[in-house]
Amino acid sequence: MLGVHDVSVAFGATTVLRSVNLTVADGETVAVLGPSGSGKSTLLRAIAGLVPVASGSVTWDGDDLAAIPTHLRDFGLMFQGYALFPHRDVAGNVGFGLEMAGASDGEVSKRVATALEWVGLSGFEERPVAELSGGEKQRVALARTLAPEPRLVMLDEPLGALDRALRERLVIDTRRVLRAREVTALIVTHDREEAAALSDRMALMRDGTIVQSGTLDELLAQPADEWVRDFLD
Amino acid sequence: MRITPLLVVALLAAACGAPAAESPETIKLIAHDSFAGAVDEETFAGFTDETGIEVEVIAAGDAGSMVNQAVLSKDNPLADVLFGVDDVFLSRALDEEIFVEHSSDLLHEVVNGLYDGNQFVTPIDFGDVCINYDKAWFEEAQLPVPTELDQLRAPVYASILTVEHPATSSPGLAFMLATIRDIGEGDDWLDFWADLKAGGVHVVPDWDTAYYSDFTRYGGDSAMVVSYASSPPAEVVFATEPLDEAPTGVIETGCYRQVEYAGILSGTEYPEAAADLIDFMLSVEFQETIPLNWFVFPANRNAELPEVFTENTTVPEFAGRFTPETVARDRDNWIDQWVAVMEG
Amino acid sequence: MRSVRWGRLAVAAVPALFIGYFFLYPLTRILLLGLSEMSFGADSVEARLVRVGWFTLWQAAVSTLLTLVLAAPMTWAVSQFEFRGRRLATALVTVPFVLPTVVVGSAFVALGWSESVGAILAAHVFFNVAVVVRTVGTLWSRLDPDLHDAGRVLGASEWKVFRTITLPLLRPAIAAAASIVFLFTFTSFGVVLILGGFRYATLEVEIYRQAVTLFDIPLAATLAIIQLVGVTGALYAYTRYQERHASTWALRSDAARQQPVGPNRILVVLSVMFTLLMISIPIAVLVARSLRPGAYAGLFEDDRVVGVPISSAGNSLLFAVIASLIAVLIGVMAAAVITERGGRLSRWFDLTLMLPLGTSAVTIGFGFIVALDWPVDLRASFWLVPIAHALVAVPFVVRTTVPTLRSIPGETREAARVLGASPWRVWREIDLPIMSRAALVGAAFAFVVSLGEFGATAFVARPNTATMPVMIYRLLSRPGSGSLAMAMALSVVLLGLTALVVLWIDRLQFGEIGAF
Repeated sequence: MLGVHDVSVAFGATTVLRSVNLTVADGETVAVLGPSGSGKSTLLRAIAGLVPVASGSVTWDGDDLAAIPTHLRDFGLMFQGYALFPHRDVAGNVGFGLEMAGASDGEVSKRVATALEWVGLSGFEERPVAELSGGEKQRVALARTLAPEPRLVMLDEPLGALDRALRERLVIDTRRVLRAREVTALIVTHDREEAAALSDRMALMRDGTIVQSGTLDELLAQPADEWVRDFLD
Repeated sequence: MRITPLLVVALLAAACGAPAAESPETIKLIAHDSFAGAVDEETFAGFTDETGIEVEVIAAGDAGSMVNQAVLSKDNPLADVLFGVDDVFLSRALDEEIFVEHSSDLLHEVVNGLYDGNQFVTPIDFGDVCINYDKAWFEEAQLPVPTELDQLRAPVYASILTVEHPATSSPGLAFMLATIRDIGEGDDWLDFWADLKAGGVHVVPDWDTAYYSDFTRYGGDSAMVVSYASSPPAEVVFATEPLDEAPTGVIETGCYRQVEYAGILSGTEYPEAAADLIDFMLSVEFQETIPLNWFVFPANRNAELPEVFTENTTVPEFAGRFTPETVARDRDNWIDQWVAVMEG
Repeated sequence: MRSVRWGRLAVAAVPALFIGYFFLYPLTRILLLGLSEMSFGADSVEARLVRVGWFTLWQAAVSTLLTLVLAAPMTWAVSQFEFRGRRLATALVTVPFVLPTVVVGSAFVALGWSESVGAILAAHVFFNVAVVVRTVGTLWSRLDPDLHDAGRVLGASEWKVFRTITLPLLRPAIAAAASIVFLFTFTSFGVVLILGGFRYATLEVEIYRQAVTLFDIPLAATLAIIQLVGVTGALYAYTRYQERHASTWALRSDAARQQPVGPNRILVVLSVMFTLLMISIPIAVLVARSLRPGAYAGLFEDDRVVGVPISSAGNSLLFAVIASLIAVLIGVMAAAVITERGGRLSRWFDLTLMLPLGTSAVTIGFGFIVALDWPVDLRASFWLVPIAHALVAVPFVVRTTVPTLRSIPGETREAARVLGASPWRVWREIDLPIMSRAALVGAAFAFVVSLGEFGATAFVARPNTATMPVMIYRLLSRPGSGSLAMAMALSVVLLGLTALVVLWIDRLQFGEIGAF
């Protein structure tokens, strides 16, 4: 179980996250919903250990992760722009995490094939990533994040860059993949419908802090303030 | 339309190709960098006043580079007069026939030993390569300043001597030639160098490393370096703080005289103006400006030396030098032998 | 469409004519002249030549490798992070690049590092750190930082990320920097002459010795051809490599440098300090030797022999401005041709433009003398000096702009075409703004190359205008405590001037980023 306790993050003089509290239970999918610039991406980076936490703590099953560097946290993060490695082909991208974990070549290619199967891209192993379409890139990035089977999967605007029709299809696909693996996931999005479709529970974020959390129905029924009501509307 | 006749005349004149003017407006002098560096408006003002001809100076790198450029361009010369060819490069220049003959009326005023009857070049200045020593260091060490080359064989002297490599440095070559001349050809001079090596002589690639890095006066470990007879007066003239007397002295044996010549480049359109320029350079008027501009000695014996020269150095007695032909023929071989002893 | 084709031809013709007339033609003339008197030397000569050839190759390879490794920490720090003094530090590493070799040589000798391979290698690193910091840093600063983060999240340690992601992505820039450093050190002259003595000679030194001192023009020509073959081989391998690895990667504008945090803070400080310390030791010697009463004031007074020393700064700046304008004009046109065409022809064009960097200064200088009296007699003309500088500077502009141009996705240009832009407008609106930053880095190098150039000009007959390196050399070649102090003071001024120019150009660059 992921725990975020009173986490604050500052870049120089600007405070980006202010006393954020959040938990994600095992097998649960939580969406952080908020307008752009509210600090959602920074929250994911803080959890991943990519940006240092000024105060507060990030825990897993109660253990403080402060001393654990990013690459040993066993978390997955899918980047908003996908951040596919341009010098590696599809298999090289999807298998990267497995290679880092020290898997054998045979094991890597077997699990790459499986991960590509999950996202419906079987046989794409040797394609250069530069030649993929937007939707294919999204699915490769998802496969790359899932392939090492991290204990926590974080998705940063997973469908943000795609067109509407594609998004509607991929929302379903993504949810199917996440559910099938029973992963613990934290999703960041500015899109209410995306949040609702992918998550069990959502947390509303504004100006670097969590304003309210609960299921969509709960939030709609009892918005904490005017802003929450307007934002969800 | 009124201008047409004029235009026709002008075109005709141009088409016929005006015969080479007797006195050009400008005459070109190609020289090595160290000469060119000290040229200013006044250098040739006397010549211009006299003849109405301006002198344009072309800088061409070091003496070797300049002579090679002159050779490579002999079919269409870069300039009318070349200045600064020395004994080492003279035979190359003569072999390639880049000069036309000129016999200056002032040749009889030239210091003895500079002129060998050669009709193609005119000696303009000379400099003696000599060992310089740090006066203060010798005083403090209470060591007598050596007066003979043979004394240098002793480690006490060899270990505080820096020489330049004869293959990469002109004073280095001159000093090697001096040892061949004074100690003797065959194995004698090589034995001398073997003794120097055993005694710990220091060899560096060029003059400025020897002088500014190795010389005790500039914080180095050598109290003696191979430099020039004119270096002590230069120390006085170019001192940061005024000096009463030169801090360095010259050891007057083992010196080797280098002569610099000027010549008219064959193919010049203005051989007469070129000859006039060379004669001007040998005149007392120009010769007296030589010491303080280029820190070498005037070739014309009637030119008076400035005080800072007469007080701080002497012209070492001329001890003879190899002919350009000998230098051209044997130099490589000598350097190879020297290298075999010093680096073998 | 006809005018488009003519336009393209014109863009290709200008750099082709430039390199043809000012490089290939003089080179061919001088080599033919030398070879027409061809004769083979004795066995002893051959043995020395084999040794010289081997040493040339060996020291160039080791110098290049050492420079890449030692420059890496600084490159990382200045390309990845924003911190106080970053710009100044970047400017400072560029400074050694302009120092006349005679000055650096004397500083090294004063430190007691002379006549050793170690001293030669150290001096080569000292001179060339800037090439790596700037060339590699430019690309590194534009790599998407998410790629690094993605690697970290996927379980790669910092070192693994560097090896498996950053390093492969930087390969084109590393190869570009390595090729320049290799050429520089392969043809190293002054450093080897001063610090290597007679024992350690490069081909370049040997060409000088054979041609200028021993008048053996045929042997010098043979050596020049061997050198040319070596340089061409290295360049050919390099261009092939570049093409195989060319791809269009998502680059970003580098405005988003982050402040270093956590342990990175210390690492950045250490990296920068390490490099600055490395280059500041010889510079400290310079400065210390210049601190004599009256040395700096003396630069402004009329020296009885060399005139007012500081006036050489004006000459240097004038030459540098002209040379970098020529280099940018020619280099940008050439880069456009190289990236647009592709294929074998463009590869050879690219390679030919790089050649002057790897050709001995003696050969080029003497080539000018033999060849450039037709159709106009340019020998000994004022223009020859900036042109010689530009020949050496063009490769910098090409090397910095080509990778950036190649990184522009074809779609971007196609999009502009579809939106109604003519090919010229596409170039003007897309290529030019994107490459201008890279071209400016190239221009900075061109400027600095010209400020410090001494080798080539020493073999070119020229009007009697002293540049700063020439003036420093003149002061340093006469006795007297004042001569030494003034030579060192003028070197310090040259350093300062370089730092200012580089800082100023960096600012320009920054303004350009905002524009796209």
